[in-house]
Amino acid sequence: MDAQTIIAKRIARELREGMLVNLGIGIPTQVANYVPAGMHVFFQSENGLIGTGPVAEEGRIQARLTDAGGRPVTALPGASAFDSAMSFGLIRGGHLDMTVLGGLQIDQHGMLANWMIPGKMVPGMGGAMDLVVGARRVVIAMQHTAKGKSKIVAKCSLPLTSTRPVDLVVTELAVIAFPKGRATLLEIAPGVSVQEVINATEAPLTIPASVPEMVL
Amino acid sequence: MQCISVESAVAMIPDGAILMIGGFMGVGTPERLVDELVRQRKRDLTIIANDNAKPGVGIGKLVSASLVRKTIASHIGLNPDTQQRMIQGSMEVELVPQGTLIERIRAAGFGLGGVLTPTGVGTVVEEGKRKIEVDGREYLLEVALRADFALVQAFLADYEGNLQYALTARNFNPMMAMAADRVIVEAEHIVPVGVIAPDHVATPGPVVDYVVGVA
Repeated sequence: MDAQTIIAKRIARELREGMLVNLGIGIPTQVANYVPAGMHVFFQSENGLIGTGPVAEEGRIQARLTDAGGRPVTALPGASAFDSAMSFGLIRGGHLDMTVLGGLQIDQHGMLANWMIPGKMVPGMGGAMDLVVGARRVVIAMQHTAKGKSKIVAKCSLPLTSTRPVDLVVTELAVIAFPKGRATLLEIAPGVSVQEVINATEAPLTIPASVPEMVL
Repeated sequence: MQCISVESAVAMIPDGAILMIGGFMGVGTPERLVDELVRQRKRDLTIIANDNAKPGVGIGKLVSASLVRKTIASHIGLNPDTQQRMIQGSMEVELVPQGTLIERIRAAGFGLGGVLTPTGVGTVVEEGKRKIEVDGREYLLEVALRADFALVQAFLADYEGNLQYALTARNFNPMMAMAADRVIVEAEHIVPVGVIAPDHVATPGPVVDYVVGVA
């Protein structure tokens, strides 16, 4: 299983019946492919849609029905469409159960940086800052390292997205949460040792007595 | 409300104007008005919009034609042309969180001086802004944002200027229609009064100044 599939499948296990969930662009989008059978989850696209369905097949493409990445999508039964003020009212107003976002860096206390690399990449924050501030649960989907360097760091060198700590980080190696503000190893990926995770992580990690393997 | 040609609608817009343009990655952007801005070469524009789309699409056409002095947007990541111009210094970019941008526009249109939002507290977004504490939580004061013209795209416009939008083409359009001195609507269809049921009107006709059709 490749890294992205491990991450998406593990995050899909965080979904619960009836949740309203916003998926960011990239790995987070893939979570929608692994919704447990029989479970009904509402996906929000922040451009103004609840009930976002799979990418539209040829012949069903409709120019006015897209996701936040601009891709033509479908809408599922029970879908609703609304303007951007409503969309961000849902996000900031505490109506969104969970957001899944990509990350560039997470610090040892769970602070996220995911919107710019000064001097290199300045795409803009889009909806990320509102999502981290407003969602009831913030889950980060990202690879553990980039170019051999840990993305889970002691302190973020990149500009923060928010001062609200994230709730869960899922990588291809591990699941990490931040109880009492400390990065704590909750699970390891199949075939990965605790020591391998520690070696790949710059931030100090709290290791509980027992660290189970991810169920995928 | 007046129905006019695209040419005369755009002719009203002077160089240096501040424009709000609806759309999200080009979806819900009034493309004919954008094309006409390019044809008439309106310069030094300030464009308030969610994003800059991509080269060849929507607002991306204005950027590539060097007509934009400044853009206020939440995301420019899919338009390398905007990013390059920003780095070179030939175009000014003000990045605003998406939920804050729509609320600043809504505030202007709804007669408010601004809004208090928790978004951006403790980040670079708070620089130069007033922080206000309400019930123990910190908020940023984000001030209202107005434009000279709003260029709005609607699915249906009736003869009175009542508007109905479609699916994700709605996005910033209804709020922008409230927040500019003059509102120009490009409608996919212009229909007789009554086709849009009163309950389905998302923007009431009296706020619309001009409607241009798509021939």
